[in-house]
Amino acid sequence: MQSTWPTLSLLIWIPIAGGLLAAALGERKASHARLLALAVSLLTFVLSISLLTGFDRSTANMQFLENKAWIEYFRINYFLGVDGFSVPLIFLTTFFGVLVVIAGWEVIRTRVHQYMASFLVMEGLMVGVFSALDGFLFYVFFEAMLIPMFLVIGMWGGPRRVYATVKFFLYTFLGSVFMLVGLIYLYTQSGTWSIPEWQGLPLGITAQTWLFLGFLAAFSVKVPMWPVHTWLPDAHVEAPTGGSVILAAIMLKIGGYGFIRFSLPITPDASNSLDWLIIMLSLIAVVYIGFVALVQQDMKKLIAYSSISHMGFVTLGLFIAFAIFRHGVGSNAAALGVEGAMVQMISHGFVSGALFLCVGVLYDRLHSRMILDYGGVADSMPWFATFAVLFFMANAGLPGTSGFVGEFMVILAAFNANFWYAFLAGLTLILGAAYSLWLVKRVIFGAVKSREVAALKDINRREALILGSVAVAVIMVGLWPQPLVDLMHASVNNLLAHIQQSKIPAATIATAGM
Amino acid sequence: MNVSNILLAAPEIWVFTMACVILLVDLFLREERRGIIQLLAMATVIFAGFITMRAEYVHDGTFIATAFNDSFLRDPMGDVLKLFTYFIVALVFVYAKSYLRQFNMFRADFYTLSLFALLGIMLLISANSLLMIYLGLELTSLSTYALVAYDRDSSRGSEAAMKYFVLGSMASGMLLYGMSMIYGATGSLNLDAIGAAVSSDKRDDLVLVFGLAFLVVGLAFKLGVVPFHMWIPDVYEGAPAGVTLFIAAVPKMAAFAMAFRLLQTGLGELHADWQQMLAVLSVLSIVLGNVAAIAQTNIKRMLAYSTISHMGFILLGFAPGTGAGYGASMYYVMVYSLMTAAAFATIILLSSRGVEAEHLDDFKGLNQRNSWYAAVMAMVMFSMAGVPVFVGFFAKWLVIQATLEAGMLWLAVVAVVFSVVGAFYYLRVVKLMYFDDPETEVPISATLDFSLALSLNGVLVIGLGIFSGPLIAVCMRSFAA
Repeated sequence: MQSTWPTLSLLIWIPIAGGLLAAALGERKASHARLLALAVSLLTFVLSISLLTGFDRSTANMQFLENKAWIEYFRINYFLGVDGFSVPLIFLTTFFGVLVVIAGWEVIRTRVHQYMASFLVMEGLMVGVFSALDGFLFYVFFEAMLIPMFLVIGMWGGPRRVYATVKFFLYTFLGSVFMLVGLIYLYTQSGTWSIPEWQGLPLGITAQTWLFLGFLAAFSVKVPMWPVHTWLPDAHVEAPTGGSVILAAIMLKIGGYGFIRFSLPITPDASNSLDWLIIMLSLIAVVYIGFVALVQQDMKKLIAYSSISHMGFVTLGLFIAFAIFRHGVGSNAAALGVEGAMVQMISHGFVSGALFLCVGVLYDRLHSRMILDYGGVADSMPWFATFAVLFFMANAGLPGTSGFVGEFMVILAAFNANFWYAFLAGLTLILGAAYSLWLVKRVIFGAVKSREVAALKDINRREALILGSVAVAVIMVGLWPQPLVDLMHASVNNLLAHIQQSKIPAATIATAGM
Repeated sequence: MNVSNILLAAPEIWVFTMACVILLVDLFLREERRGIIQLLAMATVIFAGFITMRAEYVHDGTFIATAFNDSFLRDPMGDVLKLFTYFIVALVFVYAKSYLRQFNMFRADFYTLSLFALLGIMLLISANSLLMIYLGLELTSLSTYALVAYDRDSSRGSEAAMKYFVLGSMASGMLLYGMSMIYGATGSLNLDAIGAAVSSDKRDDLVLVFGLAFLVVGLAFKLGVVPFHMWIPDVYEGAPAGVTLFIAAVPKMAAFAMAFRLLQTGLGELHADWQQMLAVLSVLSIVLGNVAAIAQTNIKRMLAYSTISHMGFILLGFAPGTGAGYGASMYYVMVYSLMTAAAFATIILLSSRGVEAEHLDDFKGLNQRNSWYAAVMAMVMFSMAGVPVFVGFFAKWLVIQATLEAGMLWLAVVAVVFSVVGAFYYLRVVKLMYFDDPETEVPISATLDFSLALSLNGVLVIGLGIFSGPLIAVCMRSFAA
């Protein structure tokens, strides 16, 4: 199905064009740049709603296809399309695209035009990552995205921003060049760059293993998984609020999305034989990083470690499918795991984004992120406290919030794979509650810490609008996740059917048997 | 020999004539009317472009014609390279004018020497015999030696020119020695005849491989790959920026063509022998170039080491010995010239009050002083680092793809890992421009033609990336046959 109205292209290029325009406005027209950014991001958001409504939930086929030759000589195409995995993520991207513009409205005072431009360009590139169906195009978006984020952290970040942003860039860059080698290898084997065609390409187990490791290098850094997570706390601490929000809410999801789009369907046999590795790393992330989060003194660092821990659920949910199949429990449990992982990604996007916005609200007033500097914020900022408590509860996985749904689904699925997987993953319910609630106790409740805290002004309308809209999303997904699950159900089943079939060429199996 | 045969060399004849005309015209010009020289030089390269494009066979991309007893060759690869060279030289002339005027060095010698160097480059690109290669090479080298010492009062410049001259002559000697052995083993100076002789059974392997080794050493000197790279940082640093710009951006295209003609056309049969040598040279260059660049505080030296690593990539494209590899190298060399021209143009732009902006710190806070030029330089840096969607990424990708297709996985992995190392020092320039505050408030001024050329150059760095299909196809088709 060739789409008549190039929705995806518009979602990619409207923000990018808007961003370039904002950059061209120049320093003096800051207010114009803000208005332009708001208009462009709202327009993109509205367009992405048409993606949601126009999406056919009953099929796993790629939709809203666009396919044009790009570099004809090597059969590289400008090939876009979405399925049940990408649509919710694109929606998340455009949603936060609007919020970060509003969040930076008064807070950013220097070089506003470049700030707005960076975020708009980044938004377009991230939509591109989620909708690219050509491996080369995917890589281009995947890498190009680093540039605006590099500038955002470096230009508007904290005191150690240069260290943080260079570390962020080099870590991600190093991971992804291995993927590039893998992608080129796939091209030399298949003669095409189309991801759907790669998914049907037969590959021997050695090739699959190397490819799997190449993909792992790129996506594990992005997720990030233990032990390549160390760039994330640094980047989060130094980034301005908007940067942290995008980093946590969307960029981390690109890692999880990469596993779904590349690792699982292209190298199913290697994923099957190496699933223990991912599960082990995920459980370490969930448990160990959970403990690390407990001892943090810096709120942003705590949320950063909590993000790593929560993203452990995503990788766990994706890769327990193989263990479940080996137990012969059937694909319903496996589907629960993958859907849980997806719900967890969306939920974590909302929750972590909201948490960073909350810290940003406090930071804008007191210019400190240290837990010790706060205490009794609820006295002076009752509205803020209401939102913050809600989001921290969601972070702890309170039923009724989105945080609960994904974790519950993944844990439930993990029981079908191995009791101990489920047990260790379940520890997060305790750890998550511990670090989240302890932070709430120390920052929001208790005696008023100082005169500065007592003098804090409650959130204004702009901040209430941002936090309120995320709160609605968190509660909606928490109470009624069905529409979200329906959206991806067909795609999940298709993925699971796909990964159960070995892609090792028949001839290789025969020789291996002899 | 008939007339049409001579006309194959019409662009060369035109450039030669004009170089002589400029030399003469300058004698009759008064000081304040020197601008005419610039116009004449620009007209020379632009018309050379028209003449090259008007060749009757351009419509048929596969046509190959030779002249002067087969020692001069016109083929699609050569024409594309020449056209691109004219374009880069035109950019260089615009950039250099600004520099020369600022530093009171605006004399006609720069243009005549550059044009003679250009002539040598054109001859090298079209060379089809050992003699022609040597002729072109010496013409280029001698002109550039003189250019390096262009600022005669500068001791650094004279030292650099001396170094360049001594080492360059040694390289020429090596090359000549290798050529004599090849001639001895095959009995011919013509590259096609050498190719045929090497393919026959009666070849003398010992002498041939010995000659080959000397040829590769000579080539490595001229390209500046490790361990024959010592002259590059000193020459880049010592020469005036306007000259460094020329040396860095233009002759590499000829070096690529020379390497291709010698290794593939002449000694393609010995691929297994030179493949090993080139693989080692290229890996060493990529590693050393990228690592050593990190330690530099002078941006001209940093770019010199960056050049060494880029040359490593270009040689890496030769290692597979396939059309895809040569196409990738050709694309890389063109992209490299484009990026380098823009990078040195920015150095020229930032130079003020007779002081070259050669320290990295001179780039501090450029974004606040002028965000467009900062954006151009940032694009060039990201492009050199190999970040999409800038052209430099596509060049690296093509080379890596060619090596992977030839099954040389470890070479590809070393190349990509060290390009990540290289990303560090390119990012440092971006950091200085964007994250630091400026140390000076001197406004940045540029003449209209300079800013137009630099803007065009910057737009091409990203534009040729987004619309990379046509240029890639041109490069690949040059070697498809």
